[in-house]
Amino acid sequence: MEGMTVIVKTIASWVKILIFVFGIYIILFGHLTPGGGFAGGVILASSYVLLMLAFGRKFVEQNLPLSLASKLDCIGAFLFALIAVLGLVYGGVFFVNFLYQKYLPGQPLELISAGTIPLSNIAIGLKVGASLFLVIFALSVCCKDLRYKDAKAESASNSSANKKE
Amino acid sequence: MSIPLPAFVAVPLIAAFLLPIFGKKGKAIATFLANLVTLSLLAMAVSSIGRTEVYEVGNWSIPLGINLVMDGLSSLLLLAISVVSAAAMLFSAKYMEQYTAKAKYLSLFLLMVAGMNGVVLSGDIFNLFVFLEIASLASYALVGFGCGPEELEASFKYMVMGSIGSIFILFAIALVYGNTGTLNMAYISKAIQDSGLNIGLTFALGLFITGFGLKAALVPFHAWLPDAHPSAPAPISAMLSGILIKTLGIYALTRVIFNVFGVSIEIGWLLVALALVSMIAGAFLAIGQWDIKRLMAYSSISQIGYVLLGLGLGATLIAKGANLAWASLAILGGLFHLVNHSVYKSLLFLTSGSVEMSTGTRQMKQMGGLAEKLPVTRAACTVASASIAGIPPFAGFWSKLILVIAAVQAHLYWVAAIIVFVSLCTLIMYLKVQRYVFLGELPDNLKQISEHKGSMSVAMVFLACLCVLMGFLLVPVLRTSILEPAVKVLTDGVSYSANVIEMAKEGVKI
Amino acid sequence: MPYALCFLLFMIGLYCAVVKKNMVKIVIGIMVMEYAVNLFLIMLGFRAGGEAPILDRTHLDAQTGQIASSFISHVVDPLPQALVLTAIVISLGSLALMISICIRTYSRYGTFDITEIRRLKG
Repeated sequence: MEGMTVIVKTIASWVKILIFVFGIYIILFGHLTPGGGFAGGVILASSYVLLMLAFGRKFVEQNLPLSLASKLDCIGAFLFALIAVLGLVYGGVFFVNFLYQKYLPGQPLELISAGTIPLSNIAIGLKVGASLFLVIFALSVCCKDLRYKDAKAESASNSSANKKE
Repeated sequence: MSIPLPAFVAVPLIAAFLLPIFGKKGKAIATFLANLVTLSLLAMAVSSIGRTEVYEVGNWSIPLGINLVMDGLSSLLLLAISVVSAAAMLFSAKYMEQYTAKAKYLSLFLLMVAGMNGVVLSGDIFNLFVFLEIASLASYALVGFGCGPEELEASFKYMVMGSIGSIFILFAIALVYGNTGTLNMAYISKAIQDSGLNIGLTFALGLFITGFGLKAALVPFHAWLPDAHPSAPAPISAMLSGILIKTLGIYALTRVIFNVFGVSIEIGWLLVALALVSMIAGAFLAIGQWDIKRLMAYSSISQIGYVLLGLGLGATLIAKGANLAWASLAILGGLFHLVNHSVYKSLLFLTSGSVEMSTGTRQMKQMGGLAEKLPVTRAACTVASASIAGIPPFAGFWSKLILVIAAVQAHLYWVAAIIVFVSLCTLIMYLKVQRYVFLGELPDNLKQISEHKGSMSVAMVFLACLCVLMGFLLVPVLRTSILEPAVKVLTDGVSYSANVIEMAKEGVKI
Repeated sequence: MPYALCFLLFMIGLYCAVVKKNMVKIVIGIMVMEYAVNLFLIMLGFRAGGEAPILDRTHLDAQTGQIASSFISHVVDPLPQALVLTAIVISLGSLALMISICIRTYSRYGTFDITEIRRLKG
């Protein structure tokens, strides 16, 4: 997948920061407004997909740390499970909201309130963002590099291409 | 102090999240950790026999929150899941060296185990759907793990049919929520008992039977199974055929029909009809196969018919109001056959994997006389074949005998005749396997093979010993602690709801 | 009446998933079925003249600080919305897996036509 023209590349490198910040806003305010972990994570991933569409897959493969994304994926999921288990250790029941009105101050309907819910949102946003970006990157790699090898399959594809036309 | 119930789901889930970090260099550590997780799950399941508990997650009381319920049926199935997954994981320590990306395989395997544990323990119907989807998605990816052309084709077929089944189940859950207003299985059961079945709920029941029947590979919906099970790697075939179709299909169907909706005569006869068609079609289609794993996949369809026949007979007898002892006997036969079949079918698939790893082929016409070259595999395969065909001291004989006695007691002599006839067909097909694979002459290109020992043999010997010893589950002490509570949960039927609500009221408030 | 239209959409998706021969069209049919079921779930929670269930400072009582009862009787049911969020995430994962298997199958067989991808028979 090659990149696009200079105009698209310039604007994409400015707009991607705005999309990223918007995604972080949706994640952090997940307990007050609609959105939350999953929707914010999708927006985070889409800022990287914009980069991939504007600059080309090879550029992204060389300059963005893909192994870091793979590890962030696992760490995000592990953090979510850790919050659930900490509920068992400190609260006595699995997954209980053990920080609610105990250690973090705050009235309801403010940004810092509602216990462990914002922390869970951050963990889920991290995981969804990293894994969706990796999925779309992997799907774009597949279609280019692997070709069918035997001649019989090639003639079959020629005949099916003729049928479609 | 007893293990909290969410540990059955959380332990494999956390391990599944951590394993992909290891990558290529840490393969040995990853395998060791995964085996440790499955063996500890086995220990936890054995120590939880006979425990009944309702665990409210997050300290929200039902019906506002989600609860996990452990009763007799759940503990029986947890035991079966952990036995089969421990054996399959031991086997795959050596077998999966043929494939790349082993850490991802282990992570997907543990996700499947976590999903199945969640299905068995869940007390809320939407939670059951979420865990069912987790286990199904992991199994779609595992079937196509080798990425060869036939595996991908089989995985696509399995995935399309499995997704359609899941969408039917979600539609049925939506209809149930619209008609009763709650998602907790105990409260749904109470609402259905109060108001009766209207047309929306009857349609939902039909959709449930279709969706769960697709997952369990009953006969109108079985078309994915003969392609998916042979193409998967051998330990995954063992898991799929041995435990996944039973947990996602038979357990969920039984829980919804017996405990939530309540049995009636039409449902009972529908289940019996589906079971009989599965038994006969599976047996006839299996005899003509020349691929080992495809033959075993068709015989799985036939044996699932046995399990559903026992449960369907029990449902019919309970609905007719007949003698409760006859219904208990039929359900005991069905559940005992479920546990037996998971042990010996997974052993059969593991032995076929060992044969395939040594000879490189799955076609029976190209094999023969492997008895001297693969002694441990041959012994294990003989034990499993004798067990599935119903030869006396092994476990399969006892469960088929109980099913025949239950059918005769209910004065359904033609059903008993069909059971015996299909047993005979099963004996024929496994004699064919023995004759063409192990006896006869060794072809020339196979003279140099040797058996792969190590963890594969340990897993096969473990399951073979269980095959022999499972007959002892009918001894009164073990029967009353392991099998009878499961039967009692199903014969109690809709009083499941009263039990769960009462246990939750006095329950875990720390 | 809207429920009947939802069911019609479900049947259209089922027809597409069962009859079509191109693998990508089968995947699209399954996605249309999922959309129909999600739509059905959200419509179950509908209340005529209702509002979105988002809590704000204006909905709290002035003296007690509890949620005003006019809010509870006025607002659309939020539980099906949470169910649909979960169902959408599950269908996203399923769609990603299906598309990647389609792409890999194309690179092995050279065609998207399921009548030609039939090496497993019998």
